[in-house]
Order: sequence, then structure tokens, then C-alpha cells
Amino acid sequence: MTTVNEKIGEEIRVQARKMLAEGAVVAVIGYGVGSLPMTARPMVARRPEDCDKLIWSSFCVLNLANYLPEVLKSVEPPHGPRDPKPPEDSLPRVAVLATGCWSRNIVVQIQEHQVARTRVVVMGVGSRGMVSRRKVESLFPGKEILRVEEGDHDLVIHGADFTETINRWSVVRDNCQTCTHPDPVLVDVRIGDPVSERKNPKPFKQVEEIERLSVDDRWAWFTTEFSTCIRCYACRNACPLCYCPTCFVDDDKPQWVGKSLDTVDTGLFHLLRAYHCAGRCTDCGTCETVCPMGINMRMLTKKLNKDVLNLYGLEAGMQPDAPLPLTTYTLDDPQKFIVTEAPSAKEGE
Amino acid sequence: MTDQNDNWEPKIIAFLCNWCSYAGADLAGVSRFQYPPNIRIVRVPCSGRVSENMIMSTLKSGADGILVSGCHPGDCHYISGNYFARRRFALLSNLLDFVGIEPGRVNFSWVSASEGEQFASVVQSVTEKVRALGPASRLVKKLDAAQAA
Repeated sequence: MTTVNEKIGEEIRVQARKMLAEGAVVAVIGYGVGSLPMTARPMVARRPEDCDKLIWSSFCVLNLANYLPEVLKSVEPPHGPRDPKPPEDSLPRVAVLATGCWSRNIVVQIQEHQVARTRVVVMGVGSRGMVSRRKVESLFPGKEILRVEEGDHDLVIHGADFTETINRWSVVRDNCQTCTHPDPVLVDVRIGDPVSERKNPKPFKQVEEIERLSVDDRWAWFTTEFSTCIRCYACRNACPLCYCPTCFVDDDKPQWVGKSLDTVDTGLFHLLRAYHCAGRCTDCGTCETVCPMGINMRMLTKKLNKDVLNLYGLEAGMQPDAPLPLTTYTLDDPQKFIVTEAPSAKEGE
Repeated sequence: MTDQNDNWEPKIIAFLCNWCSYAGADLAGVSRFQYPPNIRIVRVPCSGRVSENMIMSTLKSGADGILVSGCHPGDCHYISGNYFARRRFALLSNLLDFVGIEPGRVNFSWVSASEGEQFASVVQSVTEKVRALGPASRLVKKLDAAQAA
């Protein structure tokens, strides 16, 4: 019996091989087998015979949109900085696998002119939610997991001296559990069956739990949550929104954020990193997944997503023709936070 | 910062736009409106110039309060700078509130060039708020503590 993911994997291999053989694209960004159980390694297939290595599983947690601008640049014919750039439609095209959130990231990249729409072939896969390796490992403390077999609705975990079956949805990542748009918004080649929009009554439940705390408790939450950060910048490097040639954390004239492990410096880094994703983040959860310390930095971007939706009614990457929330304005944007002149005049706030 | 000092006076950094709020502060001065001497003014070309990086690094450097002020919506010298700023500040003030920065530390307002009196009362109300909060400690980088660690 083949599972849904195996079927999707076979379709990916067939389509990728076909596009590479026909010359429709020169590279396909997808996943290969990871070197550890419960991992999948992002890979770029450049020849039809590479396509046999492509897979699809519940552990495809890294956002492939992150690699897209770089791969697109790598397939351009060499030209110097002063040479005129060849017209976009004459440049080779690249195919990329995309679930709901990754496809929205690609939309944002197109809106921000990092990626030309004509050069991308989006292989759309409806997401069934990706499994958090950390959640699975926490179920088996002190035991090493050697192999994981995937069924459609459960995972069979094999260790040296145990075999256990667990429910798949119970270990799906938090951001996938609260996801409302699992199906790609941009599809050139459809892989597998489309999945329907999910009705989620409380997509911002975790954020609201924190909002309900008092100011001091929120500060306590913030300082403890981010105190373990080791500033490896994995969250930044794995993020498809972070493509600035020089990140604000690497600036030293002026140096916005200190480079030490002081809690103030790590806190400021996370606040500013999240803020730079405001109105652009699609809650793909990659930052949280790659964090070696298990910090839930997604809470900050999720809070910003919530505000952008509530204040401006926009969700990143959902409207390819609309401008990004922070690159536009309306004349009557909410401004409750503005200080009016006299203390007595702000009773209405 | 002089914590636990009876003579503590809040230090408030004010980012004022060149065209409205800075001129408003000037008018408050020439019209002799009294306002607390706790603000240090940084003149910026437009409230849209004030980035989150500037606000956060001001907090980091130990400011007890921040005031960002620009032209009223519709009056921007650069047509739309303060509209963009308004969206950014709305998100930033919510985010700072979310992580537990006391409401009132970071303030935003609109003051036009003709509103000298309003400028004085905005400074008055911001200073009172910050004074009530006491010296800033959240997101303030203490150099000696960092060096000792």
C-alpha cells in the first residue's frame, strides 16, 4: 500500500524528470533523504537522473523558498556588475516545490522583486502539516530513535529496543496545526490532490494566551523565552524573507544591536528580526524548527501577523496584486496609540 | 542612569520631524510656553525616517522615554511619509506592549508647526507618564553587568 506522501513523492520525481528532460527548467528545488531519522535535506536537481533522489515526507520542514533567489542567480549566464542584465524571459527557469506557506513566501518575493514570476515554476503540493522532530523526540526521553516509518495517519517509531506507533497529527508542528491556508496560492504544476482551506476558529490562540498576561508577566515570559538564545542566526538564515546583503545585526556603523549573549542584546535581536518580517511572514515555522535551543520566536511574528490582519485586513502572500501592508497606507488607518496633547483628552482610548 | 536616586529626572529622547513638530517645539519656545526640560530633541527629516532600529537602540542606550512626533496625517511635507510611519508605529507599539515594555515608554504623536501650546502639553503628559513609570530597566543594556558576566 502506498501512502499519500509516497504518491506525492513519485509524482514529484516524474514531473521534475519531465521538466528537466524537456529543458523547461534547468533546476528543481526539492528534498532528498536526510542523514538522520526524521529529517529531509533540501536539494537541487539539475539533471534528469538526479530526480530519483527527490522525496516527499512529513519531515520537509525547511522552507524551500529560501533557496529560490540564490538558485535563480546561480543559473544565470555569467555577467559582470556593469554588463546589462539580460532580459528576464531569456533567462533559464527554475522549478520549486511549494506548500501553502512556501508559495505565499514566493508571492512575497515576487512582490519585493527578488524573484521574477516568469522564471519560476511552482510545483504546488497541498500540505498535510509537517511533523516536529522535537515533539517526537520529547515523547521518548533518553531513547534514541533509529528509524521512523510513515503511515497516512500514524508514525511507527523504531528504536534499538522498542517499536511504538504514535498519532501523526499529535506531533505536527504548532504552526501547521493552526494553519488556515495549507494549499498553495500559486500553482504551475499541481502535485497530488488539492487540500481545502482549513477552518480554524482560533488561529492566534497561543498569542492571545500571552496577551492575557499582565505587563510584568509578559516581560518575564519574554526574558525567559529568549534568554537561551546563542545567536547562531539559524532563524534568520533559514527564513526566506531575510535576503538583505547586510543584516542589521551585522551592521557596526551604527551598531543597532550588541553582538553579545546579554539578554538585552538577544531580546533586541529577536524583536527587530520579527519586526522586519511584519506583514511578510507566512508563519511557515522554519525559524522555530531550526532553532537549536527550542526558542518559540514564532510568537513574535505571529503577534505581528495578528495585528496586520486585525488592523489592515491583510495576510502576507495571499493577494499577489495587492501591495505589502507596510508599503502602503490608507488615510484612515487606526491610530489609537497616538498621544493626544492633554492627559484629560485621551480618556477615549 | 542613576537608579534609586531621589533627584532622578526622566531622560526622554524626542524624534521630531523637521517640518512640523520641530517647528512646533520652536514655536513653543518663542511663545514662552512652559514645558518640562526632560526631552532631548533629535531632528529628523520626517517621522517616516524614524526606524524601529533607532527606537530600539535608543531604548537599549538607556532612555527612560521616547517621543516620536511628526506632521498630522495629511500634512506631511513629503506627502505620505507619516502615513507609512503610522502603520509601522502601530505595529511596533503593539509588539513592544506584547513583550512587556511598559505602556508609556514609547510614545507617538502628531504636532503641527502652529501647535506650540499642544507641543508643550504633549511633552508635559509624556514626561508625567514616564516619571510615574520610573527609570527604564527593560531592554536597557547595563554595560557593567554585561562585562561582569
